[in-house]
Amino acid sequence: MTDKPSDREPEQISHVVVRFAGDSGDGMQLTGDRFTSASALFGNDLSTFPDYPAEIRAPAGTVNGVSSFQVHISDHDITTPGDVPDVLVAMNPAALKADLHRLDQHGLLIVNSDAFDERDLHKAGYDANPLLDDSLSQYRVVEIPMTSLTQKATEPLGVKSRDAERSKNFFALGVISWLYSRPIEPTVKWVESRFKDLVKESNLAAFRAGYNFGETSELFDHPYQVKPAPLPAGEYTNISGNVALAWGLVAAGQLAKLPVFLGSYPITPASDILHELSKHKHFGVRTVQAEDEIAAAGMALGAAFAGHLGVTTTSGPGVSLKGETLSLAVSLELPFLLVDIQRGGPSTGLPTKTEAADLNIAMYGRHAEAPLPIVAAYSPGNCFDAAIEAARIALKYRTPVILLSDGYLANGSEPWLLPDPSTLPDISVPFATETNHTAKDGTAEYWPYLRDPETLARPWAIPGTPGLMHRVGGIEKEDGTGNISYEPANHSAMVHLRAAKIAGIANDIPLAAIVGDEDAEVCVLGWGSTWAAIDAAVQITRRQGVKVAWIHLTHLNPLPRNLGEVLRKFKHILVPELNMGQLCRIVRAEFLVDAKPVTKVQGLPFTAAELEVAIKGVLASE
Amino acid sequence: MVPITSKKDWTSDQEVRWCPGCGDYGILLAVQMLMPDLGVAPENTVFVSGIGCSSRFPYYMNTYGMHSIHGRAPAIATGVAVARPDLDVWVITGDGDALSIGGNHLIHALRRNVNLTILLFNNQIYGLTKGQYSPTSEEGKVTKSTPMGSIDHPFNPLAVALGAEASFVARTHDLDRKHMMNTFRAAHAHRGASFVEILQNCNVFNDGAFDEVTGRTAREEKMIDLKHGEPIRFGVDGHSGVVMGSDGQLRIVEVADVGVEALLVHDAHRADPGLAFSLARLSHDNHSPTPFGIFRDVDRGDYGQMVGAQLAAASEKKGPGDLTALLRSNGTWQVG
Repeated sequence: MTDKPSDREPEQISHVVVRFAGDSGDGMQLTGDRFTSASALFGNDLSTFPDYPAEIRAPAGTVNGVSSFQVHISDHDITTPGDVPDVLVAMNPAALKADLHRLDQHGLLIVNSDAFDERDLHKAGYDANPLLDDSLSQYRVVEIPMTSLTQKATEPLGVKSRDAERSKNFFALGVISWLYSRPIEPTVKWVESRFKDLVKESNLAAFRAGYNFGETSELFDHPYQVKPAPLPAGEYTNISGNVALAWGLVAAGQLAKLPVFLGSYPITPASDILHELSKHKHFGVRTVQAEDEIAAAGMALGAAFAGHLGVTTTSGPGVSLKGETLSLAVSLELPFLLVDIQRGGPSTGLPTKTEAADLNIAMYGRHAEAPLPIVAAYSPGNCFDAAIEAARIALKYRTPVILLSDGYLANGSEPWLLPDPSTLPDISVPFATETNHTAKDGTAEYWPYLRDPETLARPWAIPGTPGLMHRVGGIEKEDGTGNISYEPANHSAMVHLRAAKIAGIANDIPLAAIVGDEDAEVCVLGWGSTWAAIDAAVQITRRQGVKVAWIHLTHLNPLPRNLGEVLRKFKHILVPELNMGQLCRIVRAEFLVDAKPVTKVQGLPFTAAELEVAIKGVLASE
Repeated sequence: MVPITSKKDWTSDQEVRWCPGCGDYGILLAVQMLMPDLGVAPENTVFVSGIGCSSRFPYYMNTYGMHSIHGRAPAIATGVAVARPDLDVWVITGDGDALSIGGNHLIHALRRNVNLTILLFNNQIYGLTKGQYSPTSEEGKVTKSTPMGSIDHPFNPLAVALGAEASFVARTHDLDRKHMMNTFRAAHAHRGASFVEILQNCNVFNDGAFDEVTGRTAREEKMIDLKHGEPIRFGVDGHSGVVMGSDGQLRIVEVADVGVEALLVHDAHRADPGLAFSLARLSHDNHSPTPFGIFRDVDRGDYGQMVGAQLAAASEKKGPGDLTALLRSNGTWQVG
């Protein structure tokens, strides 16, 4: 490998969006992930967007089987994976067909020309080879016979040509690594640690061959360079939302001085949290893969009763199945976390695609009056803090909490400034150890529903504590004693107490803060993963001289106590959501403000351009 | 130190609210009388129930308790037992709760062998909802929801438990406190999931369902008392017995016809649950000779302890969890 710098000087560019696309079996997620890691280690700011089908192996070579990975690397602060790719790497005709429309109109198109035979073209639905007609003329097309070059490169190792094909993604990675002047060591090291024997050698040979091909083939004028971004000083790691969330739960257990108990049933895109937490048993984390979604929630609630930080993770239909357990948790007033990695729905919907349409079920999806707090993460790294915040509220107020993330955050990644663990909040709460009431006859008693006057939380006495034995259940309880009560006035009091407890949390969360221009006419109100696109759109429009204000909510129930007052200052309120306007209806109902929804339900995140248009549109409508 | 307690220590201050004459009273008394014998403390004991008449049980025990969701008690109790293997966790459930809405949780708790003592009150009827047929009701049963008779084939609770390879499976009935106490004692002593079916009379909606087997006059000829290591025989002077035919089928015979040596010797500790399953299937109705006692009692690791062992092994290998190390575990870089 040429370890010397390229003899052609790299051109400095501020950012680039690369999209790797291929068949599900082509290893595009891995390729994208390695390019991302190398870029992260190089110091770029970045944001990723893995986009893959629900089928594990859709018929090879078809458009349905295309798996893509988009990554945006930059020398400045960015939040989105980019609206429009500058580069598309298409490993076969199906990938070209699926993703070409996304590519910048003058973008660079790199194709594996070996994959464009008649059969491949037919499977992708092409009547004619687009490489041979002028249909791609607007793009800069670079054809590379990646399959055969990989075979040639690995032949001396004794790799059979069929096996060699599996390494062609490393060839593509090599080409792109050269083109964007990525350091090669991180990838080489990673391959060496991840693979063994002939597979390792074959992947390394393909990677080197691709890198050298870029250097020597002269298909490209020169390489490019994206300088490190001036991120705040500190130690960084590249993190996905699901890993951050899992680490946040581990941290929450440490900060609460409680063992973490996860009950979970495999479901896309939440399973990675189960996988990640299962690796951390040395933190005292127990994970049980339950028989179903209901049992997963039940186990976590049982563990909470026994004094653990009980967590259940799910998505889509799993959220519906956990509803009865949430209601019981509301009634039992035990700390309990439900993590919902939202995906497209209803029903199975779009399991691998993002949506944020579970706000309604989080708010209202239980029988009867069963309010609970809702926390929403807004970026991959923020999933860490959101998990700790959700646990803090659950523990302090002895309530189930729903933590909303989504598929985009779960699988997307970004550089994350490592927090200093010593600065994380202490979220521990004491268990009850003493009786708390004196009976008329002078006997000391334990009343499980005698509340803290400030938080309205009930005491949490766990099994094993002498003298505090008590029974809890789903039947309405008498205020204070917790004994079964069917008294009308008591039920009314308990419904109001449970509601007041949740409403009171508004005094314990941050006020709504305005980003941008306080004197703007338009305020964008966001929540969850729309943060990235809103951030980009607000920056763009403000740079153009348009005044824009932005409020991003991390707590959806209760809402910040100043939110109504702040929103009423603006003439226009725009609420972009990956649903049909769920938060928008809540703020309209709560605050009687004329908020307008900006909706998108395509299984895709907003682009910055879409929100830029929406912001300008509302101002132009005057 | 073995805690010294009396029945009073195990009895809560709540008024028991089952129908007068309900079989549940006898079961509650048996449990409350047994607890002082077990040498355990009320604060280390948890009763978890689902929904149904029997599921009110935890309110009457002066222990930690949870009256939970219909069918979900085995799952919730699994959470308690896996989080805290130091606790004694009992599950109180009924035929509708455990075998209908909660069937999935029951078989998986048994399969995993979670350290739970599961008492299934089987009265073959839905009592709390006022008399619909249950998953253990006999075919043809006329109830409010089956005016022309039930066409559902019933579950045999013990066969379900044995099919899930439960490590402890027993049957008792609500009219014999001593038998209940002995059965519950053995179930409690077993490490892992213990499953006990209690034939329980609902005197309002299904009165006398088991009279032809457990009634005072029927018992001697209809109840087969299983004793580990002994030939299976019953009736006055043990004139009847159980043999295995050459076709593998269990049959009831007159001992005088076949000789004592031909009788099946009960082995509760057999690794294979097949024979216990056949015994559980010996009776298909509420009037034929029916085995009682411990069908199966084998050792199979306690799930909660095994979860704990993996945690301990991980700590031994990796050292105690270190948050700073975790945050750096996927590779980091320095800026500035």
